[in-house]
Amino acid sequence: MSSNKKYWKSVEELNENSSIVETLQQNEFVEAIPTDEFLGDKESLESSSTSRRDFLKYVGFSTAAASLAACEGPVIKSIPYVVQPNEIIPGVANYYATTIANGFDFASVLVKTREGRPIKIENNTDAATNGIANARVNASVLGLYDSLRVKSPMKGDSEISWSTFMSETTSKINALSDAKEIVFLTQTLASPSTHKLLAEFKEKYGNVRHVVYDAISESAALDAYQAMYGTRGMANYDFSKAMTVVSIGADFLGDWQGGGFDSDYAKKRIPANGKMSRHIQFESNMSLTGANADKRVSLKPSEQKLALATLYSYVTGNSAGGNSLSEELNAAVKSAAQQLKRAGSNAVVVTGIQDVNAQTVVLELNTYLKSKAFDPKTTLKTRQGSDKAVMQLVSDMKAGKVGAIIMNGVNPMYTMPNASDFADGLAKTDISIAFSLKQDETSSNCDYIAAAPHYLESWGDVEMKKGHYSMMQPTIRPLFDTKQFQDVLLAWNGNDVSYRDYLKSVWTADILSGASFNKAVQDGVFISSSSLDETITTDANADDTEQTSTLTGSSAAMALANSAKGSEMEITLYTKTGLGDGQQANNPWLQEFPDPITRTTWDNYVTVSKVDADAMGLVNKNVANGGLNGSYVNVTVNGVTVSNVPVIIQPGQAKGSVGMAFGYGRTSKALKDEMKTGVNAYALYQNFNTVQDVSLEKAAGEHEFACVQLHNTLMGRGDIIKETTLEIFNTKSKRVWNKVPEVSLNHIETPVTSPDVDLWDEFDRSIGHHFNLSIDLNACTGCGACVIACHAENNVPVVGKSEMRRSRDMHWLRIDRYYSHEDTFTEDIIEKEATDGLGLGDYLVGDGQGDGSLSTFNRLENPNDNPQVVFQPVMCQHCNHAPCETVCPVAATVHSRQGQNHMAYNRCVGTRYCANNCPYKVRRFNWFLYNKNDEFDYYMNDDLGRMVLNPDVTVRSRGVMEKCSMCIQKTQKTILDAKRDGRVIKDGEFETACSAACGNGAMAFGDINDKESKIAALKDDDRMYHLLEYVGTKPNVIYHTKVRNTSEA
Amino acid sequence: MKKSYQSLEDNSTNNMKQVIYRNLTSRILSLGFVLLLTFSSSLTAQEGDAEKGKKLYGVNCASCHKLDKRMTGPALRNVEARLYEDEGLDRAWLNTWIKNSAGLIKSGDAYANKIYKEYNGVAMTAFPQFSDQDISDILAYTAQPKPTPPVIVDNGPVDGGGQGDSTSNELILGALALLFALLAGALVLVNKTLNRFADAKGIDVVVDEKRTPLWKVFAQNQFLVLVTTILFLLASAYFVYGSLMSVGVDQGYEPVQPIHYSHRIHAGENAIDCKYCHSSARVSKHSGIPSLNICMNCHKSIGAVADATQAEGINEYGVDYNSEIQKLYKAVGWDEDTQSYTGETSPVKWIRIHNLPDFAYFNHSQHVSVAGVECQTCHGPVEEMEIMYQHSPLTMGWCINCHRETNVKVEGNEYYTKIHEELSKKYGVEQLTAAQMGGLECGKCHY
Repeated sequence: MSSNKKYWKSVEELNENSSIVETLQQNEFVEAIPTDEFLGDKESLESSSTSRRDFLKYVGFSTAAASLAACEGPVIKSIPYVVQPNEIIPGVANYYATTIANGFDFASVLVKTREGRPIKIENNTDAATNGIANARVNASVLGLYDSLRVKSPMKGDSEISWSTFMSETTSKINALSDAKEIVFLTQTLASPSTHKLLAEFKEKYGNVRHVVYDAISESAALDAYQAMYGTRGMANYDFSKAMTVVSIGADFLGDWQGGGFDSDYAKKRIPANGKMSRHIQFESNMSLTGANADKRVSLKPSEQKLALATLYSYVTGNSAGGNSLSEELNAAVKSAAQQLKRAGSNAVVVTGIQDVNAQTVVLELNTYLKSKAFDPKTTLKTRQGSDKAVMQLVSDMKAGKVGAIIMNGVNPMYTMPNASDFADGLAKTDISIAFSLKQDETSSNCDYIAAAPHYLESWGDVEMKKGHYSMMQPTIRPLFDTKQFQDVLLAWNGNDVSYRDYLKSVWTADILSGASFNKAVQDGVFISSSSLDETITTDANADDTEQTSTLTGSSAAMALANSAKGSEMEITLYTKTGLGDGQQANNPWLQEFPDPITRTTWDNYVTVSKVDADAMGLVNKNVANGGLNGSYVNVTVNGVTVSNVPVIIQPGQAKGSVGMAFGYGRTSKALKDEMKTGVNAYALYQNFNTVQDVSLEKAAGEHEFACVQLHNTLMGRGDIIKETTLEIFNTKSKRVWNKVPEVSLNHIETPVTSPDVDLWDEFDRSIGHHFNLSIDLNACTGCGACVIACHAENNVPVVGKSEMRRSRDMHWLRIDRYYSHEDTFTEDIIEKEATDGLGLGDYLVGDGQGDGSLSTFNRLENPNDNPQVVFQPVMCQHCNHAPCETVCPVAATVHSRQGQNHMAYNRCVGTRYCANNCPYKVRRFNWFLYNKNDEFDYYMNDDLGRMVLNPDVTVRSRGVMEKCSMCIQKTQKTILDAKRDGRVIKDGEFETACSAACGNGAMAFGDINDKESKIAALKDDDRMYHLLEYVGTKPNVIYHTKVRNTSEA
Repeated sequence: MKKSYQSLEDNSTNNMKQVIYRNLTSRILSLGFVLLLTFSSSLTAQEGDAEKGKKLYGVNCASCHKLDKRMTGPALRNVEARLYEDEGLDRAWLNTWIKNSAGLIKSGDAYANKIYKEYNGVAMTAFPQFSDQDISDILAYTAQPKPTPPVIVDNGPVDGGGQGDSTSNELILGALALLFALLAGALVLVNKTLNRFADAKGIDVVVDEKRTPLWKVFAQNQFLVLVTTILFLLASAYFVYGSLMSVGVDQGYEPVQPIHYSHRIHAGENAIDCKYCHSSARVSKHSGIPSLNICMNCHKSIGAVADATQAEGINEYGVDYNSEIQKLYKAVGWDEDTQSYTGETSPVKWIRIHNLPDFAYFNHSQHVSVAGVECQTCHGPVEEMEIMYQHSPLTMGWCINCHRETNVKVEGNEYYTKIHEELSKKYGVEQLTAAQMGGLECGKCHY
């Protein structure tokens, strides 16, 4: 239908004879557009023979030519060895035993190398001591390929040669006047051969002092032990012998006293013969240890001291005096004391309070209890630093008494609270040399940087425990022009043997007592019956021992109780599982590793209790894109303020206390800009005490966190994490505490495992291998070693903070952490079950207490002030009836007879239907190209970093889905090896990266068609259940019901 | 392909120069030998049988001596004559030396000690079992003149012949075309003449009715047009599909390698086992390009190919094998004169022929060691390949086909005992194919 309406375009049309109207009818524009002018030179345009058409022809032709030329495949070159080393076969991995000893982490490990490149760290199961690699040790292999490592020795900012370095430093050291000291400031070396070298140096040069400096000090424990037993060391604890563990502020599943206690602890956490250990934790921050405790009491740091003193008096009967605890705490301590006494020698007490008296009390308590887990003879040597010696050194440096300072493995300019004092002192030395991998905060302020090799390129030895020696051997030729500390020491000593030969001679003479050196290198560990006599040359603390040795037993407890002076707000500084002391801060795997407790990546923060946060008006909230935002505070300790620290509201944080992690806030050239995250907590670490009085002040703005878990409670869904108490577990049948969910079939309740209620037909999986992965929630401490191991094995990309914030993390394996809303998860379930109707009315009027489902679930979203915590590793469940497989339009994800859900990347077109249909949310999508992409400038963007990639696993491209493959490359390799040898596969040969990395025995992997296998037994175990069993996905990952030992008796 | 051919030609011309030069020197040398021979023949005390001597030489001497080149020991051609000429040592000295060189050195013989020192103090194995006749035979063999290498006529070797062929073909074709053109012309002329005759005679030439042209008829028949169009589209779809499917398939890929390595000579003529060089194929996913030290296992003593082989190389393949061996020596840093490594190496950058994409996992040991598949099954007649090329398409369809058709080799492999028993019962077959064993599952090759 046409319209007769006339549309007016301008007023000019009123004028009938307007020329403008006339022109507009003919032309689009009233005036000719001066194209020639703005197109450029009119003359040259006109004279040009290239018309617009020609131009288009050229463009068309060149595009066509370019795309045709692109059809040609690239020429790929292969360069074989000129002389192939005997032990290297391209395509076959070699394993070497070595040891990491970076001053913070000490572990005996196996290094997997391919074509001569170390690509993965694995546990050295032959090692009796510290044979388990934690998350940081697993990630340390990436440090080898750090593009920011110093590539040759440096003088100031310029690179020099080693010969220049040696001649200049030697002459300068020799030129020092006798009045001035030469000081070695090193990490805890625990290396017999290096100590010997230092002694030789001292002999040659005379006025030499060796100061051992631990960034995070255990000086109190060392001093207490020294006062009691005469030698410097830390008592060893074997938690596999402890049935009752009481910990007061000791994060012994974390980095307490050097760490490495978790695997022994986990052994007693799995109920066997109706028994498991009982663990009571008194602490202020929510630590990994507290999260695993059967009973967790949250209390302020000052109260911890009092609690320990009270515990001492309850156990021994000697009064400790001091203030009295609140009634509630007193009852908790009393109960703990009773349980300790009842357990007797099966009990153990540990503490992390940085106070000599507290440590003394614990030593006394364990001696009193005759604790089997307490071993004062085999001392731990992984922390040897002395606070006093370090303080003394700083003041001596400032006084100009120090002529030369030679540092190895330390970064005091970053880790010292009084870094500026140290800088002043450093300026007053005649020569300063730092052995360092990086141009870090300290080494860039030194005269010389001695480029040090990574531990995977070095020789070395470590005595982690008295008599327990570990060997460090190079697994690759040095990538850069580096020389290790010991080799330079040898040269300074005028000894021209190599450190390797020196090491061999020391071991042959002092340690091996006739055993083979090569065998020791091969094993990586050696246990000597006759330990070396103490030859540690740490001076300056010998005279200090007197004053600490005066207090013992009850007097120490009394002093402890009296020193417990609380303040309004106290801070406890701690180390995170990811970054630890911060020396690996440039490691993107660790930056992106979600903290087991807060599940936050790429950040540190102040953890505040809900009550305190409300009082100060601090908030945590999820914004529209799902990201977590938090307020900022300024944290002031003793006049030192750290500004704009983001706040995380932490359930379980004791009221009146806050926590903050070390290891962040680094600057310097040692880190890429992306890694300069968080704030530096070392500034608050005054007098090397992790506990400080603090004042918080709200600051403006909101921080954007990259937190990977938005929902913190289980909402009473007991089918996701099944748990029960030891009592019920021991007395009731499986149907009570681990019931298979039922559905109604013809009005008869039928278990979901029955084939009658299944939509799908069963496939016969009884032939060949059928893989299952078992996860025991009792043994899992949430340490996250598996997460990093999976990262390394499967070339999982790092996506960076902003992508993490958008929940685009790529971790194939995540460890979910849940808090309870009520005191326990059981009560949550009861509360959920008690819902009655929708309760819309209650909900709308804002009555949160109604029992309608709206109000109840709204309530259940909030965690308790001191919640129960549970960890649950979740990866692809490899469902036999997988929901993802049925929705893939291109059949890119299909099932195998062996039980693995395959993902064919080359087939995937990226519809992401599978991820939407996955009930476990374990599929990860490559939103971007994460390798060779400057937008993601992490290790996959440089040639050096890519050397860590596992050649057996595809590096995924943009637009494809990926997920856990159940390490099919490893299972296939095991099968092939057996085929080649023509033999049957033994139980225990099949491993995934995560199960191999789990030192706690929480993860087990194997073939359930092998009826004799461990995994088959685990599958038939009463505690076994499947995640979301009622969905009917029939997963090949099995979980074991968590049992808590709640008996107070 | 075209490119590779060109560069081969380049190679051959370069090599030709060297060959001429070589010929020159060898001619001068042989002239010298002839001269020498005339002297030496008079010196020979006992007549030896050169044929017998050749055998003895091959068994006993060849591992350390070459005739014309220094190896572990000195070059031996005309050794007797040379010794006599230069040092005045006679057959008796030689006999003693051969039978017990160590004894001679001990006795303080000046020349024996000199030689001993010159060759790095490596004493020659004693041959007390040789009779004097044996030694005469050997010396007779060493006294034979060096055979002159066949003189190669420069006629632009392989390609020259090929071009000749093609030109003659063109000539014949051209001639034929000319013939046809002439015939057609003649016919037209004949037709014209006939018409003229008809005109002249007044005979009416029957003119056909004006018929609608064929194309018009075709265009009007819609059915025909439709069918033709469909056929045309189908045909073009077939070709387009075919060409698209060949994208990234490099069957026949035969790049020019930095060293002309002939599998034909090594695996074919010399019948060296593939896995002697590609040893990691037994245990690893990679067959491995052999490292140069493997080459040197043999090429330490093989510094040049036989003359016949050399001639064959130049005539048929346009390659100078000896200069290729020199490239190896250069790469590995081997000094032929001193018979030692210089330590200056330059790794060879081979061009990889068989390229699987990153997302496909292939393991040689699975196929070679476990399944016992012959290398030739996938790599083709390598023993006949002068230059290695990609024989198989290496597409997924090709892999899958083989997995469907090939039976798993289960005999004597305990790993398979149980699974084979159960699976063959399940499928009701005697022999399981790789596919039935699970060889078609995506994740077996893609992870």
